[in-house]
Amino acid sequence: MKVGIPKEKDSHELRVGATPKTVERLIKQGFDVFIQNNAGKNANYSDKEYSNSGATIVESEKELYQTSDIILKVSAPTEQEIEMMHEGLVVLSYLWPAQNPDLLEKLAAKKVNAIAMDAIPRISRAQKMDVLSSMANIAGYRAVIEGANYFGRFLNGQITAAGKVNPAKVLVIGAGVAGLASIGTANSLGAIVRAFDTRGEVAEQIESMGAQFLTVDIEEDGATESGYSKVMSKEFIEAEMALFKKQAAEVDIIITTALIPGRPAPKLILKDHVDVMKAGSVIVDLAASAGGNCELTKKDEVYTTDNGVIILGKLDQLPAQASQLYGNNLCHLLDDMGKAENFKIDMEDDVISRAMVTYNGKINWPPKPLPVSPQKKEDETKIEKKVLPTPEQISKKKAISTGISLAVIGVFLFFLGKVAPADFMGHFTVFVLSVFIGWQVIWNVSHSLHTPLMAVTNAISGIIIVGGLLQTQNNLSDPMTVIAGIAILVASINIVGGFFVTHRMLKMFKK
Amino acid sequence: MISQQIQTAAYLFAGILFILSLGGLSSQESAKKGVFYGMIGMIIAIVSTVLGEGVDGYIYIIVAIAIASVIGIIVARKVEMTSMPQLVAILHSFVGLAAVLVGFGSYLDPHTQEITGSEHTIHLIEIFIGVFIGAVTFTGSIIAWGKLDGKIPSKPLAYKGRHIVNIVLVLIAIYMGVLFAGAEGTEGMLYLYVMTGIASFIGVMLVMAIGGADMPVVVSMLNSYSGWAAAAAGFMLGNDLLIITGALVGSSGAILSIIMCEAMNRSFLSVIFGGFGDVPVGDAKKPEGEVTSTDHEEVAEMLAEAKSVLIVPGYGMAVAKAQYPVHDLVKSLQKEGKKVTFGIHPVAGRLPGHMNVLLAEANVSYDIVLEMEEVNDDMAETDIVLVIGANDIVNPGALEDEASPIYGMPIIEVWNAERVIVMKRSMAVGYAGVQNPLFYKENTDMLYGDAKDSVDKINSFLRK
Repeated sequence: MKVGIPKEKDSHELRVGATPKTVERLIKQGFDVFIQNNAGKNANYSDKEYSNSGATIVESEKELYQTSDIILKVSAPTEQEIEMMHEGLVVLSYLWPAQNPDLLEKLAAKKVNAIAMDAIPRISRAQKMDVLSSMANIAGYRAVIEGANYFGRFLNGQITAAGKVNPAKVLVIGAGVAGLASIGTANSLGAIVRAFDTRGEVAEQIESMGAQFLTVDIEEDGATESGYSKVMSKEFIEAEMALFKKQAAEVDIIITTALIPGRPAPKLILKDHVDVMKAGSVIVDLAASAGGNCELTKKDEVYTTDNGVIILGKLDQLPAQASQLYGNNLCHLLDDMGKAENFKIDMEDDVISRAMVTYNGKINWPPKPLPVSPQKKEDETKIEKKVLPTPEQISKKKAISTGISLAVIGVFLFFLGKVAPADFMGHFTVFVLSVFIGWQVIWNVSHSLHTPLMAVTNAISGIIIVGGLLQTQNNLSDPMTVIAGIAILVASINIVGGFFVTHRMLKMFKK
Repeated sequence: MISQQIQTAAYLFAGILFILSLGGLSSQESAKKGVFYGMIGMIIAIVSTVLGEGVDGYIYIIVAIAIASVIGIIVARKVEMTSMPQLVAILHSFVGLAAVLVGFGSYLDPHTQEITGSEHTIHLIEIFIGVFIGAVTFTGSIIAWGKLDGKIPSKPLAYKGRHIVNIVLVLIAIYMGVLFAGAEGTEGMLYLYVMTGIASFIGVMLVMAIGGADMPVVVSMLNSYSGWAAAAAGFMLGNDLLIITGALVGSSGAILSIIMCEAMNRSFLSVIFGGFGDVPVGDAKKPEGEVTSTDHEEVAEMLAEAKSVLIVPGYGMAVAKAQYPVHDLVKSLQKEGKKVTFGIHPVAGRLPGHMNVLLAEANVSYDIVLEMEEVNDDMAETDIVLVIGANDIVNPGALEDEASPIYGMPIIEVWNAERVIVMKRSMAVGYAGVQNPLFYKENTDMLYGDAKDSVDKINSFLRK
């Protein structure tokens, strides 16, 4: 199988479909790797590094497309590139199938089998191939770094001889992969981080990354089965806007990461929010390419408003790092498809059938929906089940069953008292009360001391020795004495052995 | 000679001391005092019995106790902490044997023949029940000992219709009891023999049918039985101290059994009446993803970078005797200023609290040894989890997969940590016979090999 890596056409696209390291992995998987010359130049990978890793450098783009069985790309193929493709070619790249129906038709007409890396479903098995997550991680990190670059102060608080510096306050909107990466990065640079998300379930993740979770007083969960959030109700959005306005006046850096798949990005930071921000504050808009979360964002531009707020509508891609992660994602996908030897397009597979947007000349989009948060659904059904009987019903039920069992016990004791001799009743009283004492005492025993507990109960159950003692006669020929003697012997082993070993164990427990 | 009243007072005092002894086990600090109370109580009980009325043959008593003390001390000194389950099981069998013997002795006692009427009948029933429980405890504990010691295969032995056989046997035993209670003098001896045989058989079959990870329940159940056997002996001898002590031990064992069963999300009856073998295996979902393995050097590097490390030990650690190198590992990690804790699942090991004792033996400080709930709360802040020789207690299927035979069992949710290293000899399934989806998780790496070797190697890499 031949894998080809062309140079990206788009001048803004600095990444490349494979790095020298991922080329090594591909070769290990059994592929022959061909790469166009200067393909990795923008990501700082030279042709020499590629050939050292075992790739063959190809001068002609056309030849590359014609000889390859699989093409690894980053941005969606242009018309010119599609021209060069042949029937049955497998292409792995970003395609944005929801936004580009024309592109799909062209690919289908050429009978190219195209896998949209951005359409890999978000299930746990596919995490290692999920380019959106791996790229979002970089974007989230980069958003903080670049935001800090334009922000004129420290991020962390310091007390120096020259005076005290307050830590910067960062607000992260949207706690997806990018948002969480931003939170983590900002937090480790020492800023005070707050974060907002419409999905209540991410509160824990936000707090675990070290940010404070902001919320509005309206009960509405934005989580959907796809793992992305949905469009919220009007009341919710109003409350949200009020919250953002209040926060905008307080914080120094706002990072917005809110994207709804297949739609323009929601406008979350309005002009009047920006107006109340302090001069020198920074807004980093990671949704700029989808129209921006901020009303004033200009795509691919750094823009300063009249009141001195800097809005970043573009981010450096970190091409070397991004290519490495992207390339790893591709390797994992090829690995999953059977490597070179058993390479197979399995349309039954959950991942492939959803990401393979054109197959054998047919368009395979939109895919079947795939529930992603099964755990959450389970929780909901569990809650429903639990809610069914009201607390009053439960306590009533409990009271009835307690009443019945007490009545049964009472009747039993009455009949026992009728037939049993007085002596027995006395012993029986002692027995029952002892069981209750034991029950209370033992529940207090620490879990870590359960083994010593067993050993010590072993020792004291050797009290049965008393039975043997009472039966011993001063006459060895009496079978009763022999039996009693053996009973004393084994019971004493228990007593001595049990206490001794308990003592030995407890001596070992040290603080 | 002391009067009966004084003897009763002494028994009461001994009973109080026994209760304090068990109560002392609520914390490590008071536990040692507790054992001391227990010893004093026992000495008071024995001395006041011997000095009381109707005890003869001091010489035999002294000889028997002396021999037993020597045996007891030798055994208690020599036993290894990994073999504690066996020792506990064999000690249970002694109580059972003593109860049987005391029962027979009581039947032969001339005093028994002197009483008449309903009192006589009740006394015979007490003897009968006492011997029954004692015999079941005796043979059951011996089988449990054999299984724990590896002398008997631990695989559950189950045959069709065994429940019916057991029920028929119990019915026969009850019928024997009716005949026994009606017999004159010592003529009922034959019935007592037959019933003892039946009870012994039931004890054997009961424990043979259970194995592996259910052993903690069996051992605590037998612990409970040994208590009830002592209490039954107390009834037949009319001795309140025996009744009190037996009831304490009996309820203690019962509580331990309940705790173990809850920890496995199984009802007590299902453990007693059959192993996991009865559950259809294979319905559980096939785990998705792939298993990734790692090597010792990589693990050492990861540990060197981690801030907080959690260690989850299982029976495999006990088998490999890895607790000592684990302690060395903990020490060197702590020296680097890392936070190291242990997470103990209630059913890890073959005895309730087994892991705690093993770690204590290796000098691991008990305040870093935490319970399941405590470590689950902090899991998200944990960088690395080392799972040493544990399987079912960290199986996410118990939470996620309703078809899994262990569904609903509370487990240590290790996969919520940043990274999980599972040390295991091979990919074999755990006792429950289910695949562990944990091994297929993205953030889980397997480290194959003997636990002790593995930890030793990691230690040597960390020292570099």
